[in-house]
Amino acid sequence: MMTLKVNGRDHQIDADPDTPLLYVLRDDLELNAAKFGCGLGQCGACAVIVDGKAVLSCVTPLLLFQDKEVTTLEGLGSIETPAPIQRAFMEEQAAQCGYCIAGMMMQAQALLQRNPKPTDEEIRAAMEPNLCRCGTHMRILRAVHRAAHLMQTADASTVQRSGR
Amino acid sequence: MNGPVVLDRRRVLAGSGALIVSFTLSDAFGQDQNAPSATPAPKPPGSLATTPFLDSWIRVDADGGVTAFTGKAELGQGFKTAFQQIAAEELDISFQSLKVVTADTARTANEGFTAGSNSVHLSGTAIQNAAAQVRALLVAEAARRLDLPAENLRTENGAVIAPDGRRFGYGDLVASDMLHMQAQPTSKLKDPATFKVMGQPVARVDIPAKVTGGAAYVQDMRLPGMVHARVVRPPSYGAQLTECDVSAVEKLPGVVKVVRDGNFLAVVAKKEFQTIKAMAALSAAAKWKEMPRLPNQHDLGRVLTSLPSQDKTILQQSDPSVTGQRTLDASYTRPYQAHGSIGPSCAVAQSVDGVMTVWTHTQGVYPDRQAIAEMLGMPTASVRCIHVEGSGCYGHNGADDAAADAALIARELPGVPIRVQWMREQEHAWEPFGPAMVTRLKASLDGNGAIADWNFEVWSNTHSMRPGGAGAMLAAQHMSKAFAAPAPKPLPLPEGGGDRNAIPIYKFPNAHVVHHFIPAMPVRISALRSLGAYHNVFSTESFMDELAKLAGADPVEFRLRHLDDPRGREVIQKAAQGFGWQKGQKAPRNRGYGFGFARYKNLAAYCAVASEVEVNGETGQPRLVRAVAAVDSGQVVNPDGLINQIEGAILQSMSWTLYEAVTFDDTRITSIDWQTYPILRFNSVPDIIDVHILNRPGQPFLGSGETGQGPAAASIANAIANATGKRLRDLPLTRKKIKDAIDA
Repeated sequence: MMTLKVNGRDHQIDADPDTPLLYVLRDDLELNAAKFGCGLGQCGACAVIVDGKAVLSCVTPLLLFQDKEVTTLEGLGSIETPAPIQRAFMEEQAAQCGYCIAGMMMQAQALLQRNPKPTDEEIRAAMEPNLCRCGTHMRILRAVHRAAHLMQTADASTVQRSGR
Repeated sequence: MNGPVVLDRRRVLAGSGALIVSFTLSDAFGQDQNAPSATPAPKPPGSLATTPFLDSWIRVDADGGVTAFTGKAELGQGFKTAFQQIAAEELDISFQSLKVVTADTARTANEGFTAGSNSVHLSGTAIQNAAAQVRALLVAEAARRLDLPAENLRTENGAVIAPDGRRFGYGDLVASDMLHMQAQPTSKLKDPATFKVMGQPVARVDIPAKVTGGAAYVQDMRLPGMVHARVVRPPSYGAQLTECDVSAVEKLPGVVKVVRDGNFLAVVAKKEFQTIKAMAALSAAAKWKEMPRLPNQHDLGRVLTSLPSQDKTILQQSDPSVTGQRTLDASYTRPYQAHGSIGPSCAVAQSVDGVMTVWTHTQGVYPDRQAIAEMLGMPTASVRCIHVEGSGCYGHNGADDAAADAALIARELPGVPIRVQWMREQEHAWEPFGPAMVTRLKASLDGNGAIADWNFEVWSNTHSMRPGGAGAMLAAQHMSKAFAAPAPKPLPLPEGGGDRNAIPIYKFPNAHVVHHFIPAMPVRISALRSLGAYHNVFSTESFMDELAKLAGADPVEFRLRHLDDPRGREVIQKAAQGFGWQKGQKAPRNRGYGFGFARYKNLAAYCAVASEVEVNGETGQPRLVRAVAAVDSGQVVNPDGLINQIEGAILQSMSWTLYEAVTFDDTRITSIDWQTYPILRFNSVPDIIDVHILNRPGQPFLGSGETGQGPAAASIANAIANATGKRLRDLPLTRKKIKDAIDA
């Protein structure tokens, strides 16, 4: 048994310590967003955020997550109250089949958390580990730019509210 | 008493809560619709021709709920949204209040495969006409009740309204089997000028769940009591399992069962990663006898043209008064290429009381049902296939095979839902690839620089080995009572397979086109998006550029000189104009401009692509800098959806064209992951892709999901030739080939 903190909640996990995080998320916690794509760390479909960094959950064993904070796409927002990154992908209609998209969004979220105003080149470089096969790349790039903008606006409004 | 349970629509619908089961309930539903009828002639449009009952397409419940049914599968093209727009428009109900149900052998029409850019053209047309006719029936019923002429009534927001304001909701009007009517050959469709929902960039209905972690894919299904399975595939085509001691594997944690049936080997365990560990152990325990039988991948052109072929002249026209003076010939080749779905294929199956239910991301629930039933020796009616979205498939990938795997394993564990997902290396090695192809072209110019004669030969396998029979499925081929793969057949024109788009759209006085159909398939192949059109358009449009150069003509002007089709001309002109194409223009250093055009299948959407490519003079590395496309797909249902499809076509085709080839040694497929089969990554994504739509209100829907791939490939190849002065004809146009050409 091991305690794993996912999306702000502690979970008792009964799995072998060598189990990649992806299977714990999907199988034990029944979370859908992180996807199995390659199991080799080559495609990014399984990306989640751990302590602020994008991590490929398909190749990272459970034992490395002791005392860490894991965030999946589900932890960012919901259909009813989407996070800026989710709103941006909806508004840009940045999906075709969408299988890669959750991983794309986590990769982008990690970038925007460490660099709120990335250049187009910085976005492309950050998204390099993630593969899309439908050819939705132009929309994904636009959505990341839009998310950056939305986050800044959201931050500004938060600052404004707290400033009152 | 213990005979197989036969699923029928009545049984399935009994629990649906609808007061009015307005469906085709007879056995005639689905596989055949040969119910005796007054046989209206001509046939109604789209898929209504084969599934004529209105209630197969549109259902109105007593509570006013409206459902549209399609036998097509949503594969990420977004047409579920488009169908919802079409039905809402013709029925005069709000977009949100309508539901769309997609391919399910127990609920929807048999529309064969979701393929060939046919979904909106066939199913969308059927839904549009059925919806219009249902609306007319509802208006007629209201007219009868009100004792008013139907033309005095109007419809709005799900109700029929009289001039004095009296209104009947659709649910109040529909009764018993009122909609169980054969469609009329023609419908009174709405005037496109009055469209409220169609033609609008409505947001896709599937995207919110996909961007918030909702259950959106068959991979996300979790049925009560579900267990996981993994298959251990043979290491190569034709390998025989000689030895496999499963005793140690059976003792591993969580393992429920090891399934061995001939060369079919699988393991079932409670948790997913336990299954994967057990699969690795089972794989290590299995000993196989392999046979070196693959051809030389570095000499595919010669390999293909030396295999026996069935040769057919598919175009022959001559005008002896026109003869050529300067002649050019060239040969183009394409390797085997992979669908390369990001999510490996997956299926869930459960056998309950003699009924096998399979949830699958297949493109054809009915053919899959037939194949699975044959494999299992069950009556077709005892198998139900339900489409659930998967990762994009781009044609016949591992989806059907995974469905068969799940069904074969589920038979061994009655009652237990089984989820099978392939591993990355299985998807890469075992999916049926897009076939390698060879074309040889020869043409001559007359004294005025126009093409006097055109010769085009194409060598290709079939482009469909899809199910229908069990032998198309790997599990059925590998089980002890093995089913042989069916004999391949060329796909008939006008759509064609290896010869798709082999017949030029341009007008030439003398033309000769030959299709060399190759039955032998040394590598497992089937349908990859756009089939032969990708290579044939790449060849035709590359050669048009080579001929334009010989004629000293501008490539765009040269195409227009040979094209009568006014819609095609307009698409070419639009793309050229959007790109800023100018006659005689010269690109900056290390850059080149290119153009490509086709009408997909010569009967679907028109697409032209102009592109600018940068080539690194030192390394040969190519990069598509920008692309401008124009597309005419008839009446546009959802412009943003169409743009998304064309953007995707350009990027996917660019990836095929610059990077992709399946590799193998004499025994095994060696491109088994994203390292050994590299595809487009973000550092190579263009700066800009612009898509211009030429909308044709009131014109038939033309399929567009596969129209861009061929033109994009040629456009990029032509831009590379323009940038380097070197013509590359052997796909993919890799950095190394470009570098070698520059250095030559």
